[in-house]
Amino acid sequence: MAGELKLVGGYPEYMRESIEKVHATRARRMEEGPPPAMSMEEREEVLKFHPDYAPGGKRPLKVGPNKGDIAPNEVAELLEAYPIVDPGELDLSVDIDVDILILGGGLAGTMAAIWANEEGIPPDRILLATKLRHGDSNSIMAQGGTQAADKPYDSPVIHFLDAYGGGHFTNKPDVLRALVEDAPFIMKWLTELGCLFDRDENGEFVEDWGGGTSRPRMHAARDYTGMEELRVIRDEFRNRGFMLLEFYPAVELLTSPEGRVNGAVLWNMETGEYKVVRAKAVVLATGGFGRLHIRGFPTTNHYGATADGLVLAYRAGAVLRDLDTVQYHPTGAAYPQQIVGLLITEKVRGLGAQVVNREGEAFVYPLEPRDVEAAAIIRECYEREKGVVTPTGMRGVWLDSPMIEEIHGKGTIERRLPAMFRMYKRFGIDMRADPILIFPTLHYQNGGVETDPWGKTNVEGLFVAGEVTGGVHGKNRLMGNSTLDCLVFGRRAGIAAAEYVRKLPEPGAVTLGHLERFVAELRAAGVPEGRRSPILLPDYRGKRVLARMVDLL
Amino acid sequence: MGQEIMERIREANEAVITGIDDADIKHWVTIYIMGKAYRVPADITLMQAIEYAGYRFVRGAGCRAGFCGACATVYRVAGDWRLKAALACQTRVEDGMFLVQIPFAPAEKPTYDIETEPAEGSVLLKYFPELARCVACNTCTKACPQELEVMDYIQAALRGDLEAVTELSFDCIQCGLCSIRCPAEIVHYHAAQLARRLYGKSLPVPKHVEERVREVEEGKYGEEFERLMSLSREEIEELYKKEQREKGGLGSRDASRVTRNGQGEG
Repeated sequence: MAGELKLVGGYPEYMRESIEKVHATRARRMEEGPPPAMSMEEREEVLKFHPDYAPGGKRPLKVGPNKGDIAPNEVAELLEAYPIVDPGELDLSVDIDVDILILGGGLAGTMAAIWANEEGIPPDRILLATKLRHGDSNSIMAQGGTQAADKPYDSPVIHFLDAYGGGHFTNKPDVLRALVEDAPFIMKWLTELGCLFDRDENGEFVEDWGGGTSRPRMHAARDYTGMEELRVIRDEFRNRGFMLLEFYPAVELLTSPEGRVNGAVLWNMETGEYKVVRAKAVVLATGGFGRLHIRGFPTTNHYGATADGLVLAYRAGAVLRDLDTVQYHPTGAAYPQQIVGLLITEKVRGLGAQVVNREGEAFVYPLEPRDVEAAAIIRECYEREKGVVTPTGMRGVWLDSPMIEEIHGKGTIERRLPAMFRMYKRFGIDMRADPILIFPTLHYQNGGVETDPWGKTNVEGLFVAGEVTGGVHGKNRLMGNSTLDCLVFGRRAGIAAAEYVRKLPEPGAVTLGHLERFVAELRAAGVPEGRRSPILLPDYRGKRVLARMVDLL
Repeated sequence: MGQEIMERIREANEAVITGIDDADIKHWVTIYIMGKAYRVPADITLMQAIEYAGYRFVRGAGCRAGFCGACATVYRVAGDWRLKAALACQTRVEDGMFLVQIPFAPAEKPTYDIETEPAEGSVLLKYFPELARCVACNTCTKACPQELEVMDYIQAALRGDLEAVTELSFDCIQCGLCSIRCPAEIVHYHAAQLARRLYGKSLPVPKHVEERVREVEEGKYGEEFERLMSLSREEIEELYKKEQREKGGLGSRDASRVTRNGQGEG
């Protein structure tokens, strides 16, 4: 900490010895190339070090549609919990009546609105409600790119195969096929809307490798890919005049007496007032669970990623799947302390940076599927003891970023990774000159509410898109398939919801009947009464303050 | 063994995931949140410090990684007359900082139909006539937490140079600090958004993309998908392994020798 450690080029002096080894071995490592990719048997072996495979992190669910299925403890705690609102105390008179209610303001939710509108639903019959601001989402933080098999050397079938193998062949094939077949159209559509993907001097898309891909098909917008995609379609959303409520999370879904989802209770986070929204269809696009800090990992995720949508859908009877696996991104920042857990995009490795241990040895092929890569890094740090220990006690290995400029020429990092370059510069580190220290970080909810190729769930009236869903990625997602997932299935859910509402004459009465049934099930299972969800936000307040806090007003 | 490793990882990350414990802190500074003094650990970010002090964000925190602009903050350091701007999640505390967050900018955003607008520079002044009020004071540039040359892109917008606006404004996270500070009441970030969209739509969709979209629409891959789906798990695995091994003959075993277009260098 300040005053204690002498910093040289942003790093404590003691780390310099290891950094020098990375510099000294660079030329030889570049000449030799990285270690070969692992065989299937080697992958099996190293996965023992992955947090999903290490025992003690999961348990079977006691209640609900997935009773008996395994979920991380932190997720089970929220699924097996009582509502934060007392169903008996709410007045369910309808405040807002719409055709389609979209929950979540990232790429998926925004796409759903635009495409429901394209299908003929007027903007004033579509309401998008989101917990934070429109755009506050994991989408906006996506750096590396979006996959689309649009080059002659590639095809949607090969894209399918890469994602299927990366997902350990557990993906829902029909959903995955929709993802890869729609991808080229999505690129075309975004480009026509004015979205800017990186191009070469001939005006062709620059397409890079990603972990687990057998062809380069990653389309990026510098390392602001998700931000560029989101701000373009958000601008389009604003131009079309949809209804929007910000800082209004959904705290429960509403159901008709027949069990159809037909609205939600929204809660104004600033005034505490609730609003009852009735809708013919609800599109759930609330994102994932990174802020639950599964197994005590730091996370790349935005402030609102607290699994609210999973909780709400589960209570309404939606079936979940593949919740037993969690994606840890192999390369989160491990130093400095201020940015621990933040994403170092896979593109850094895609551009050629090797993963190197304390001794300057490249110990793993840089572009394994994410679970394999992450496990190899944990093994290197904690079993082989070849990591670098930080002043706060974290361990990490080097990502040899200076290689990028050696390979692609000076200026490449500033041009293609400006966000990353800027972040390190703010904390005194020049990633062009020195490697950066990384360790796996909690990144993505692989599973979620089970969907079909059109965002439909087993609950009538409930459509889903994006990270909240389960099926398309199976048990492990590949880089560049999450922004694509949001774009493809946000669109599809919007179209499907529009079709559905055209056929449904009336949304029917709004009730919380599903909640009464769920609460009865919780009581029967002996779930402790004090446990409540959704949690809406994580809590990082200092321990001293929390110990002396009283609520008087 | 795995479980023990997980416990060690949890322990190393505790301050990041559950809030800071005073016992771990040796060095302190004092900051003033809207004028009120708080003693906070040295060397953490403004965002971490505000939370340490006891605030739980509703507004003022978003991605927490420098991509969303939710945590725009202005501050002054005691003894210095300059007013500075920063992202709370990307800036370290300094002793004697007086800060306030500006999590919202009440900016006007005109609406337009991007399809019918020509990709011409004059469109910018049609929707943002106030651009012409720029007095070239450079306050916007000084306010930008991304250190973009904001005034330069406003000048480029006045010239109608869409490409230059695109290049200079690309890394904008739309936090709104430039517009809050602008004496001419220009909405820089919305104008830049329009410029980028106009420039973007002027670029043709690459031919191979059009071609692939047509192929998919014509059902070219239907048969291949059906054949794939009829294979046994073992057969699919073999196919997967083969593709992973051969990487389409593009020579990616050494990812570092692959050029920007994915063509092996030899």
